[in-house]
Amino acid sequence: MSRVRVLVGTRKGAFILAADGKRRHWSVRGPLFAGWEIYHIKGSPVDPDRIYASQTSSWFGQIIQRSDDGGRTWQTPGSDTAGPAAAAGFAKGESNRFLYAGEVGTHKWYDGTQRGWEFKRVWHLEPSGRNPDSVYAGVEDAGIFRTSNGGATWEELPGLRCAKGHLWQPGAGGMAVHTILLDPRNADRIFVAISAAGVFRTDDGGQTWAPRNRGLVSKYELPDPDAEVGHCVHRIAMHPSRPDVLFMQKHWDVMRTDDAAESWHEVSGNLPSDFGFPIEVHAHEPDTVFVVPIKSDAEHYPVDGRLRVYRSRCGGNEWEALTRGLPQQDCYVNVLRDAMSVDPLEPCGIYFGTTGGQVYVSADSGDSWESIVRDLPAVLSVEVQALP
Amino acid sequence: MIRVVLPQPLRQLAGVDGEVRLDVVGPVTLGAVLDALELRYPVLRGTIREHATHRRRPLIRLFACGEDLSFEPPAARLPDEVAGGSEPLLIIGAIAGG
Repeated sequence: MSRVRVLVGTRKGAFILAADGKRRHWSVRGPLFAGWEIYHIKGSPVDPDRIYASQTSSWFGQIIQRSDDGGRTWQTPGSDTAGPAAAAGFAKGESNRFLYAGEVGTHKWYDGTQRGWEFKRVWHLEPSGRNPDSVYAGVEDAGIFRTSNGGATWEELPGLRCAKGHLWQPGAGGMAVHTILLDPRNADRIFVAISAAGVFRTDDGGQTWAPRNRGLVSKYELPDPDAEVGHCVHRIAMHPSRPDVLFMQKHWDVMRTDDAAESWHEVSGNLPSDFGFPIEVHAHEPDTVFVVPIKSDAEHYPVDGRLRVYRSRCGGNEWEALTRGLPQQDCYVNVLRDAMSVDPLEPCGIYFGTTGGQVYVSADSGDSWESIVRDLPAVLSVEVQALP
Repeated sequence: MIRVVLPQPLRQLAGVDGEVRLDVVGPVTLGAVLDALELRYPVLRGTIREHATHRRRPLIRLFACGEDLSFEPPAARLPDEVAGGSEPLLIIGAIAGG
């Protein structure tokens, strides 16, 4: 691998950052889809030039964009007016159509009443590790959809909402499937995380799902210690070599499971705050984990105005602050849940974007950091691709 | 020939620079013009009207001849000036925020 491409989604468009394997000198391209919110932009692990983007707007709704040439050109895959699909009568803007299957049902609203599911946007796109035309989409209001034709059409996997969906409740950021982890060993096993419902797992390719939240404690938000759902999970992460071990950044608490989410235990240890959003695992060291502690649920910025990534090299509990190259005074940005990523180069690269528009890179596993860009719109997501 | 002015984000999406000109067969109603628009530009489906219900999205406004037509039913006939092509139908993103 000799190059990296960083895909950045922001409040006002997407940006593509590129560098060689040293990750010192960067080119910046964008904004793509200027003015639109790009919640997530991610490439296929099978074909890195196949990239999917979730382009959204409170005014104009949801658009799915696809590139087949590494982000140089884009198309809305179900909206072709000239191709064979159009001639066959299928060109109907289907790629932007996310309709819940069957009876829509209700979930819990902030005031405890029931409210009908209503599609708002795609938060997360997870391309399959096996087929570039197959992608999962995590959406708000919480649900999971799948395409098997490169994004031209999408269908819901409604079994997820059957997993006590009537008890799910939105958090401050809404109620969305924001994380999708595909088990690389077992195509039938998928984990998702939902704010504020928890972690769910399927073992049959998405037909049926069950809550997997045993061991999570949310004593102020969820007084019932045995509550199966309702936990505000911010992010979960997996190393592909060890898919039964997951790490979680919860609303409060950093957690770990060693049995595919059958049970969780806390590994917050000596963190200055165990509140935060992203969590990532080192590309080559399955027990090396990164988080960005945030002061509190009411104060979404680093503790003491010092932007510090924390790294554990032993799977949690013992954490060290990584500060070299990061602002250590007067820094009051946030790092959102989908805005951290790692590359598989040697040494492993770590990337994260902030609500202040900075994207930082560490080309030495977190020991030192540099900003790639400093003045983008607020960053919603960061993904990295290693290219030959 | 019906003239339609799209907001900038939808012009960008549909790949058009200026006004859109559409042929509408039959009565020139709000619904018929939006149907013709979406037929010509399928990518606009769901951006002005909801996919499932065809209801106007909450932050979309429709104007013509200085009148707000946002709350007119789909069967409402557009003004003669729009039907005759001397005035456009304006599709606008509502002011939201500060």
